[in-house]
Amino acid sequence: MAEAHPVGFQWVMEAKSRGATVIHVDPRYTRTSAVADMYVPVRAGADIAFLGGVINYILSNEKDFREYVLAYTNASTVLSEDFQDTEDLDGLFSGYDPEHGAYDQSSWMYAGREHEGRQAEQSGQERETAAGLRAESHGPPIGHDTEKDPTLAHPRCVYQVLKRHYARYTPEVVERLCGVPTSDFLRVCEAWTANSGRERTSALVYSVGWTQHSVGVQYIRAGAIIQLLLGNMGRPGGGVMALRGHASIQGSTDIPTLFNLLPGYLQMPHHRQHPTFDKWVDALRHPGQKGFWSDARAYAISLLKAYWGEAATADNDFGYGWLPRLTGDHGTYRQVLDMIDGKIKGYFLLGQNPAVGSAHGRAQRLGMANLDWLVVRDLFMTESATFWKDGPEIATGEIVTEQCGTEVFFLPAASHVEKEGTFTQTQRLLQWREKAVDPPGDCRSELWFMYHLGRRIRDRLASSTAPRDQAILRLTWDYRLHGERGDEPSAEDVLREINGYEVDTGTPLSSYTQMKADGSTAGGCWIYTGVYADGVNQAARRKPGGEQSWVAPEWGWAWPSNRRALYNRASADPDGKPWSERKKYVWWDPEAGSWTGHDVPDFEKGKDPSYRPDADATGVDAIAGDDPFIMQGDGKGWLYVPSGLIDGPLPTHYEPVESTVRNPLYTQQANPTRKVYDRSDNQLNPSPPQQHAEVFPYVFCTSRLTEHHTAGGMSRTLAYLSELQPHMFVEVSPALAAERGLEHLGWAHVVTARAAIEARVMITSRLRPLRIDDRIVHQIWLPYHWGGQGLVTGDSVNDLIGIALDPNVLIQESKVGTCDIRPGRRPTGVELLAYVEAYRKRAGMSGDRYASMLTKDEHDG
Amino acid sequence: MTDDLLDGLSDPARAAGWADAPPRVGFFTDTSVCIGCKACEVACKEWNAVPDDGFDLLGTSYDNTGGLSANSWRHVAFVEQPALPPVDPVSAPVDALAAAAEATPDFRWLMMSDVCKHCTHAGCLDVCPTGALFRTEFSTVVVQEDICNGCGYCIPACPYGVIDQRAGDGRAWKCTMCYDRLGDGLSPACATACPTESIQFGELSRLREKAERRVATLREQGVSRAHLYGADPDDGVGGDGAFFLLLDDPEVYGLPPDPVVGTRDLPAMWKRAGLAALAMAAAAVVSFAGGRR
Repeated sequence: MAEAHPVGFQWVMEAKSRGATVIHVDPRYTRTSAVADMYVPVRAGADIAFLGGVINYILSNEKDFREYVLAYTNASTVLSEDFQDTEDLDGLFSGYDPEHGAYDQSSWMYAGREHEGRQAEQSGQERETAAGLRAESHGPPIGHDTEKDPTLAHPRCVYQVLKRHYARYTPEVVERLCGVPTSDFLRVCEAWTANSGRERTSALVYSVGWTQHSVGVQYIRAGAIIQLLLGNMGRPGGGVMALRGHASIQGSTDIPTLFNLLPGYLQMPHHRQHPTFDKWVDALRHPGQKGFWSDARAYAISLLKAYWGEAATADNDFGYGWLPRLTGDHGTYRQVLDMIDGKIKGYFLLGQNPAVGSAHGRAQRLGMANLDWLVVRDLFMTESATFWKDGPEIATGEIVTEQCGTEVFFLPAASHVEKEGTFTQTQRLLQWREKAVDPPGDCRSELWFMYHLGRRIRDRLASSTAPRDQAILRLTWDYRLHGERGDEPSAEDVLREINGYEVDTGTPLSSYTQMKADGSTAGGCWIYTGVYADGVNQAARRKPGGEQSWVAPEWGWAWPSNRRALYNRASADPDGKPWSERKKYVWWDPEAGSWTGHDVPDFEKGKDPSYRPDADATGVDAIAGDDPFIMQGDGKGWLYVPSGLIDGPLPTHYEPVESTVRNPLYTQQANPTRKVYDRSDNQLNPSPPQQHAEVFPYVFCTSRLTEHHTAGGMSRTLAYLSELQPHMFVEVSPALAAERGLEHLGWAHVVTARAAIEARVMITSRLRPLRIDDRIVHQIWLPYHWGGQGLVTGDSVNDLIGIALDPNVLIQESKVGTCDIRPGRRPTGVELLAYVEAYRKRAGMSGDRYASMLTKDEHDG
Repeated sequence: MTDDLLDGLSDPARAAGWADAPPRVGFFTDTSVCIGCKACEVACKEWNAVPDDGFDLLGTSYDNTGGLSANSWRHVAFVEQPALPPVDPVSAPVDALAAAAEATPDFRWLMMSDVCKHCTHAGCLDVCPTGALFRTEFSTVVVQEDICNGCGYCIPACPYGVIDQRAGDGRAWKCTMCYDRLGDGLSPACATACPTESIQFGELSRLREKAERRVATLREQGVSRAHLYGADPDDGVGGDGAFFLLLDDPEVYGLPPDPVVGTRDLPAMWKRAGLAALAMAAAAVVSFAGGRR
């Protein structure tokens, strides 16, 4: 966190000065480790083993916050008789269907709900469209009659299933898998549990590299299980904090740049699964389900009204027919492969530099070289704008400038200080940003570009009667223009539209609960409703912390409803009293008959803690007075996830897709539902039990340096930052340097099945060899900031990485892989291709030979 | 003036003739909370328009600045201290055991943002023949770029090796403690940018008190080697306007352990030289007088 988020890290340092213990778990000793109270080196890709070990420690020592767990989680819910665990099936859960590479999830359900489970084919389709999480709306209804055992003794209750699942994740197994000495591991467990419970809370903080694994979602799930067991959710000082990759990445999921979502986490409709408006809305709201998703019809209609205004009417399903549809996998990696295959003709890159910043750089560049046109909007000429004349494939002859047909349009962009708008940060806080200076020359904001592009397209189509053009022609496109040139759309107008308003009067809405399903309200993103309450830009509030309560509700605006901590009903006990005076946050005031406290209560204000819904209640009414997790189908925090995940209801240790280690726990080596693209331009290094894994004997890990920003477009172009880290380098331990004959500051090159890249060697004790399963595993680390443009240039680490994805969200496994490292520089030109090909041959990768999803015990090749 | 310069000064600005000088200000750099982000280096260069210092990979951990220079007025040192090899308690001599107990128990990565010390007895200022270097009303030491003639006398006069001549320019450059910002009531750029309050700016006497408390706290927490560097008014430079909390010996961070301003002994030397000259003159007079005899 100190490495990639130094400004946010000031709060960790402040907590530390006030007595907090800071523990840092990471493959590499970083600037965070330097100031942590304890640093624990782990093997990259073994995090579920580590966290599973913590879960096992909690459960086998009964360190869970039992009252919290009983009241607020699904620990007592009884599972289907048909459920079988990975511990029973050697690394698979019940229901695996080899044909679809996915699970029939019926047996994962709560007892009596088996019929609600996804079929394997359906589950496989959801993987294609990253729809497994179903927009976080958590699946089918959970009846009030679901069997529970408050004594937690029932062998099929979640608590007991959890206990059995993690029983094998002992400190000794953690040591064997992660390379963490038992004594260190137990110190972590003791510190975490001792600092959690009624009087104390612990926060779990991760940076988004944690998600970049073929089991990325399950990493986070494992952390969430611990935090629920210890009562650290919905309480001050607790939580699972995702440190997003850069400014407003949270905003770009809320108002998404993702192919599978619409604003406010509404699922993107699929052409076959959601043929009608009602089918789509029902997929969002799950009729009969508990919780606030039951009002999704109002959110959806308000969104369509924001898009199409008067043209969206009840008669035409509010324009649902104009919404684009998913037909399958349209994820960023599928797109790149489709470009290589000539299926995609045009590509917009807005502040994105995939030639350096995305996995498998070579595929990215070859894809872009096979387009008709490419638009790059950036502050500087990035590698994605110049690959056609000086990318690495020019040297190898794979791209020939004269033959490259891609027409590249480079459009200079305004930087964040040259335009107005909001950033949404990791805490879901929207902060309004004023324009400080006008952008120079032809530089323009994204808003300007999109608005005027839309305007021009609409002009061109004006006379069209083609149905497909109506979606664009009927859009409301009426933002006020201002600024010196008089052509800059008002960002406040956009924010007002996002907030939502009454269609008749234009009065801004103050809460999403005011959204109507009859077309009388419009709103671009239901969770942002309130940011423009009372016609005031609430995100622009900047009252100093010293002039308001410690929760600082008048600094910016947090979604939803300016709530700073989600699910904060859990900060009070089932009766509505604070768990402790020390951790008081929101509570029930019986005299006033309402919830009150330091933050905006995440609960219906007047709902008494003793409220119990009728048996047939649905939606918000079905949430009991002591159900804090109001977005969940049963109002509970889910230790066990019966539906919503493609790869299993419980996190289980699988090895990374590329690993030097045979999975010590199960025959199944890697995630059996991972998303792979088996093709000759995306070969993956062999891993045990495949043969020839020894050709790539080392583990590599990649991340950021404080001094640079992501793919380097905003830092390698600046002298003051470039001089601080002027050269691409690779960090190795003294032991590995000796083993491979690497010299400090000398050159080395790193090889995978995709590429060989070169870097200067930094020998440092900050990297340590680990003892895994009775042998030494060496890990190397590389920063991913370099490319061919800018003041300081170098090879790109992402060229090393192949495309293998998590099945739930289609994020790439880019934080761990296998490689070889050799002294000296890499070959150049066509010799480089031959060099990498020789490695592939030695690894037995010639021809179409790909690892099967299911691992057999013998060598499979 | 000469006497003031050479005695312990509690108020350098007043001694330099600023009758209404505000209280002396300075930096307290607490290395125990430094995260090595180098925001201080960048903020300093941005504010003061200092040129870049070249794109050289130095291989000294994450330090590619190397040291303070004409083109780097803040410098973050990175010191990787490997854990000492374990000492065998049976065979090792008692001294080694004691040393091992004192030494860092595990790998450590020390970070420290270095800067001009703005000495109470500033050698650079003492030797400057043009008056380009002067004592400001805030008791800091600043070079005036429009007066400096590039003679370079100040360079060897600095006991810390801070002030430096810029290649191709010849003039001497160093930290001004953002003199222009202080005049407007702002904090220096580095302290403003520091996210963890490792660099604290303020009234020097208060910073010293604060630093003493911080050392006490750290020692209570078992950081036995935490100590202040440059906070003692009786040291060889009369105490620094920019002082540090270090976690190891100064040498570990590349700082001189016992800096002494080269001009400290100047008065005594002048006094002796003066006496010698007088004696010689007297002797000459005597000899001439004698000669006449």
